[in-house]
Amino acid sequence: MAIDASGAWIREADISFETNEPDSFALEEALRLKEKHGGEVVAISMGPERAKQTIKEAMAKGAERGVHVVDDKFYSLDPLGSARSLTAAIQKENFDLILTGLQSEDHGFGQTGVLLAELLGRPHATIIMSINLHGDHLRVKRELEAGWFQWVELPLPAVLTIQSGINKPRYATLKGIMAAKKKEITSVPRESLGVQSAPTQKVERIYVPQKTKKTEFITGSPKEIAAKLVEKLQHEARVL
Amino acid sequence: MKILFISEQREGKWNKVSFEALAAAQQIVSQAKGSVTAIVIGQGVAGLADELAGYQLEEVLLVENALLEKYTPDGYSIALKQAIEQSKPDLVILPHTYQVRDFAPKLAASLNKGMIGDCVGYRYENGKLVFVRQMFQGRTAADVTFQGDGPWIASFQAGAFRGDAAAKNASGKAPVKPVNVQLKPEQIRTKPLELFREAKQAVDLTQAPILVSIGRGIKAPENIPLAEKLAKALGAELSASRPICDEGWLPMERQIGSSGQTVSPKLYLALGISGAIQHVVGMKGSRCIVAINKDQNAPIFEIADYGVVGDLFEIVPALTEAVESKSG
Repeated sequence: MAIDASGAWIREADISFETNEPDSFALEEALRLKEKHGGEVVAISMGPERAKQTIKEAMAKGAERGVHVVDDKFYSLDPLGSARSLTAAIQKENFDLILTGLQSEDHGFGQTGVLLAELLGRPHATIIMSINLHGDHLRVKRELEAGWFQWVELPLPAVLTIQSGINKPRYATLKGIMAAKKKEITSVPRESLGVQSAPTQKVERIYVPQKTKKTEFITGSPKEIAAKLVEKLQHEARVL
Repeated sequence: MKILFISEQREGKWNKVSFEALAAAQQIVSQAKGSVTAIVIGQGVAGLADELAGYQLEEVLLVENALLEKYTPDGYSIALKQAIEQSKPDLVILPHTYQVRDFAPKLAASLNKGMIGDCVGYRYENGKLVFVRQMFQGRTAADVTFQGDGPWIASFQAGAFRGDAAAKNASGKAPVKPVNVQLKPEQIRTKPLELFREAKQAVDLTQAPILVSIGRGIKAPENIPLAEKLAKALGAELSASRPICDEGWLPMERQIGSSGQTVSPKLYLALGISGAIQHVVGMKGSRCIVAINKDQNAPIFEIADYGVVGDLFEIVPALTEAVESKSG
């Protein structure tokens, strides 16, 4: 991974893109809820043309339709700007439940779900490990720190952010991939949403972090490495 | 610079990361003219406010309400919004806990402000405050600045500052000032139920002098005996990063990291662990860290004392043999 000429983003030409892993757990949870209780799953993604691939994958796994908020410069948005754009794109749909992954693997802000809840005026719960639907409300298991959990009840409509590992995301089947070709993706250019949001923060530059420790790299054949490492752990670090 | 530091407690006990955030707030203000005010929020937490008043602070704001006895994102956001509007800080600092992740973005949005979360450091550059956080799962750091007017809201990751560096007040106590907030029961839409722990903690990894820890690089559960043999030779416990426990390859109680256990053994061997920050916060206090990983750019090497770039399936058996022959 290399940093681009602006110094504030990565060189996209060097890498391949895939669905944000934490989001695949949220999608799986949505599909399971639909299979159990009925309804419709809509997959929404914001980004350049390639974001369509993520939506297609979601539809191949079982989502009914997709919404693509098209923006080539989405990565320069701050969390609040992203959430405002997504809110504008989905507000009229009145979804009963909005699920997001815990965070993205690039920016890692971890704010989108909570911000959507606030902007849409919905209750929310985060870092969810189990969802039970009881009529017009949810009973969810929230993960806390150090092995603690908590059950929380909240009314629908609501927003949940899903902890990675809550389920085992399915793979798309060939049948699913074929079926997805007939499903519809609504494209919404982000500028058409009329969201005027002055950025609240700016990534000035990104860089390879400075080491806090000096790592001594040990090289050689596996046997040589093993011998050197044991020697160092015994006589240099004195931990064996 | 006027800083408002929001502390965290649950059932009358501190979340200790609070003091790390307090230390961060004090250090930020020491390089600029200003003061730090603290908030204690909850119900029946005057004792905690009194304790906090012993630290170097301008004052301690006590936000109490029967509806704040148990944490809810609605209750905390509504109450803290009012406290922030009354105290008018330039910068609000919080510890980056699970609870803060749950309410702080909402609080910021309700003030029409942004939040820079999960910071690992800060610095002043030409008089401008720059926050440092990680991106791409620790593969890069990012310098982030706030745009527009305050109050700015930032949270600091556990381990970024030392809690014992929070300065106490040598000559007395800061005043504790109660803050009235308006809160109605119908504004709180979520209902928090009981807190519980799932797994009985059969193994206490915090007491193990040596840990052999596995990550995604182990590839399949059939390969775990490889790590087990090394652990046995070293007299170590076996532990893992989150994905391994999520897959069910090892029980949750063997998980190291922000959602598992925090350990500081004398020796920590990370096998095929990339070093995502959620894992690193749980083990970076280890006295000696050895990392074996095939990706030379894996962030785990940033904190390792000894690093081996290579195939763990070749190196681990050789290492097990070398350890056995040493002790045998």
